[in-house]
Amino acid sequence: MGRMASSFVKVPCYSLSNLLRSSSIMPFGNSHNLRKLEFSIDDEYPDLSTHNNHMARLLTRELYGKLRERQTPNGVSLDDIIQTGVDNPGHPFIMTVGCVAGDEESYDVFKELLDPIISERHSGYKPTDIHRTDLNPNHLKGGDDLDPKYVLSSRVRTGRSIRGFCLPPHCSRGERRAIERLSVEALDALGGDLKGKYYPLKGMTEEEQQQLIDDHFLFDKPVSPLLLASGMARDWPDARGIWHNDTKTFLVWVNEEDHLRVISMQKGGNMREVFTRFCKGLQEIEVIFKEKGHPFMWNEHLGYVLTCPSNLGTGLRAGVHVMLPLLSKHEQFGPVLKRLRLQKRGTGGVDTAAVGGVFDISNADRLGYSEVKLAQMVVDGVKLLIEMEKQLEKGKSIDHLIPQQK
Amino acid sequence: MRTPRLTLRSIKPTNQSRRACLKTPESADQVGPSILLLDPQRIRSCSGTTAKMPFTHNEFKLKYKAEEEFPDLSAHNNHMAKILTLDMYKNLRDKHTPSGVTLDDIIQTGIDNPGHPFIMTVGCVAGDEESYEVFKELLDPVISDRHGGYKATDKHKTDLNPANLKGGDDMDPNYVISSRVRTGRSIKGFCLPPHCSRGERRGIEKLSIEALGKLSGDLKGKYYDLKSMSDAEQQQLIDDHFLFDKPVSPLLLASGMGRDWPDARGIWHNDTKTFLVWVNEEDHLRVISMQKGGNMKEVFNRFCLGLQKIEEIFKEKGHPFMWTEHLGYVLTCPSNLGTGLRGGVHVKLPHMAKHPKLEEILGRLRLQKRGTGGVDTAAVGGVYDVSNLDRIGSSEVQQVQMVVDGVKLLIEMEKCLEKNQPIDSLIPAQK
Repeated sequence: MGRMASSFVKVPCYSLSNLLRSSSIMPFGNSHNLRKLEFSIDDEYPDLSTHNNHMARLLTRELYGKLRERQTPNGVSLDDIIQTGVDNPGHPFIMTVGCVAGDEESYDVFKELLDPIISERHSGYKPTDIHRTDLNPNHLKGGDDLDPKYVLSSRVRTGRSIRGFCLPPHCSRGERRAIERLSVEALDALGGDLKGKYYPLKGMTEEEQQQLIDDHFLFDKPVSPLLLASGMARDWPDARGIWHNDTKTFLVWVNEEDHLRVISMQKGGNMREVFTRFCKGLQEIEVIFKEKGHPFMWNEHLGYVLTCPSNLGTGLRAGVHVMLPLLSKHEQFGPVLKRLRLQKRGTGGVDTAAVGGVFDISNADRLGYSEVKLAQMVVDGVKLLIEMEKQLEKGKSIDHLIPQQK
Repeated sequence: MRTPRLTLRSIKPTNQSRRACLKTPESADQVGPSILLLDPQRIRSCSGTTAKMPFTHNEFKLKYKAEEEFPDLSAHNNHMAKILTLDMYKNLRDKHTPSGVTLDDIIQTGIDNPGHPFIMTVGCVAGDEESYEVFKELLDPVISDRHGGYKATDKHKTDLNPANLKGGDDMDPNYVISSRVRTGRSIKGFCLPPHCSRGERRGIEKLSIEALGKLSGDLKGKYYDLKSMSDAEQQQLIDDHFLFDKPVSPLLLASGMGRDWPDARGIWHNDTKTFLVWVNEEDHLRVISMQKGGNMKEVFNRFCLGLQKIEEIFKEKGHPFMWTEHLGYVLTCPSNLGTGLRGGVHVKLPHMAKHPKLEEILGRLRLQKRGTGGVDTAAVGGVYDVSNLDRIGSSEVQQVQMVVDGVKLLIEMEKCLEKNQPIDSLIPAQK
């Protein structure tokens, strides 16, 4: 797997067979997990009777018994993966995933649990399915003319994981710092309109902090128990930071919920421009990481590998803040969004309410569709929603505009 | 018994033992290339004793230099942060206890909670009994710092004979609203709350229910598990001020003790509501004796009696309490070692509250004050929670004696101030 990076501590990527062959590596034993095996399955199996998340619905006692004996080469065990779902029973209306990956191998070692979860979460995506990646912005049709009287801003985000390191729930401080160093090097190599600067959370000045808040760029230690229970917030704010370009249209979060979160955004409705910058920036970064011997985690089946199974595939959420005061009150609003494969959120992000009829509209899917396809769904879908809004403004019906299920 | 200190370098398996430890999958299809199956039986037999295996969870961190892994404690103010040096980290990071507790498990709470300029937190917890031995290089100085210079060679005296307490039955009820003594107990053979598994926690709960179920007389009572409590029971426990809920303090949560809440957590209390046991909160057991008024002697009597009865039952079941000659009763937080005892009263001292020498007097009496909401709360209406400061190096009887004597003196001072008389002649020498 990855070549050795010259300026970093050697981080070999283990496959089990490599390890068994090496005489200096001892046989596996994770006493952390071993001890639990002394207790019966029933003693250790979590009580999920009041839970409502994907993991709780799919992790049977038998499956628990089978998977609890395993661990990834980095020592990620079943309990590490499911703890967040055990500690957060969920909500009757909102279906959370209830598990996270601790490293790339988690998706393989614990596939008997994660494949069904992925299938449930991603509309029946099968273990044999292939995911297509398409980051060529030329394939996007239109998208440069969303009506700015309605579309306030456009944004595309995704995540990336760096091969050779454990994911945020499980990574050590040394790994996290290495990820930060690598990322800063990679981002510093960007030029042109992507040229920018890194602001580590630790040691940020008051001024810098205020500026980042005003720009809506700053992220802080998560408060969501869903995230905290996964272990991703350990050692905060060590090795966390924000990078953005000078024009403030391209932003990277380092070591938050994923190794990298990459965001392209700007005011107005020119999603095409946003998506173009997004693809270009991503690909430039990817090249640099590859050169350093640490490509992004990606495979044919899962696409880009991220911490939360809900973000596999493209990890992409492309969306707009759009004013739809009349349409949002229409009884068909929900069904129309569903048919367009879009979702709505408040302008504060996930789990917030809409304010003043302004909604965050974005793609509902992540896996099984390429980046271009998802951005296209947003572009086409939002155009239609605006058309509907205009119809309602004139007091006309929208029945003839209601689309088929995509 | 010397605790085996496991290091990765001390393990030298053969090719044979390596393969023998892996279960053969029934077919090649069943196991992918990166899955490893652990067979506890084979692991035990090939190495002779349990847990001689390397510790993968920790092992991958060792690929990084100590400097890379050493936490940034520059903004921190807790005992762990003051004491943990890079060299110490180097020495301890490849070690683990037999159940797999590592240095990072112990210190994570102190890293994630930098502390407060005024309040000195401990910044580390034990994951099991052996933690105090395997990581003594860190924990002994932390204990010393926290417990007034208690040395690694010191011995702690346990005295739970209530007959040794002098007085304590006559604190003025016009001032003393209630009296309470609490301590913790850990059950040998199980990991502590930051580290224990669900199976262990449930094992602790089962054992505890059995033990408490054997209590009789005025100690006879009932167990209410948090998971299946009815609304009515919950309300009653709230009204009685007995109910505990999932902690919100980041200090506790970061240690891992909140996992799987509310599984295997519960509250037991006797019918007269004067003896209460919390199961699987911050410690395996928290034992509380309390009642209205100032009869601390009675509270302490019941406390000692109840504790000793429970201790006997646990011993009979093959799971005595964790206790050593050096550390006394072993608990999760190093601040609670020794007696784990906090004996205190809610006492009305509105005049003393305003006196400039209150802090100094309390210090000399080896007492501390808190608000009536418990630790980190403010006093309301001049009513303070006054309790012993010490936990280790003095016995239970000695600590409760300090409370009894000290509170009597504080009340005397309060009465003087009520009559506008000075209290200078009453100010005691440092205990």
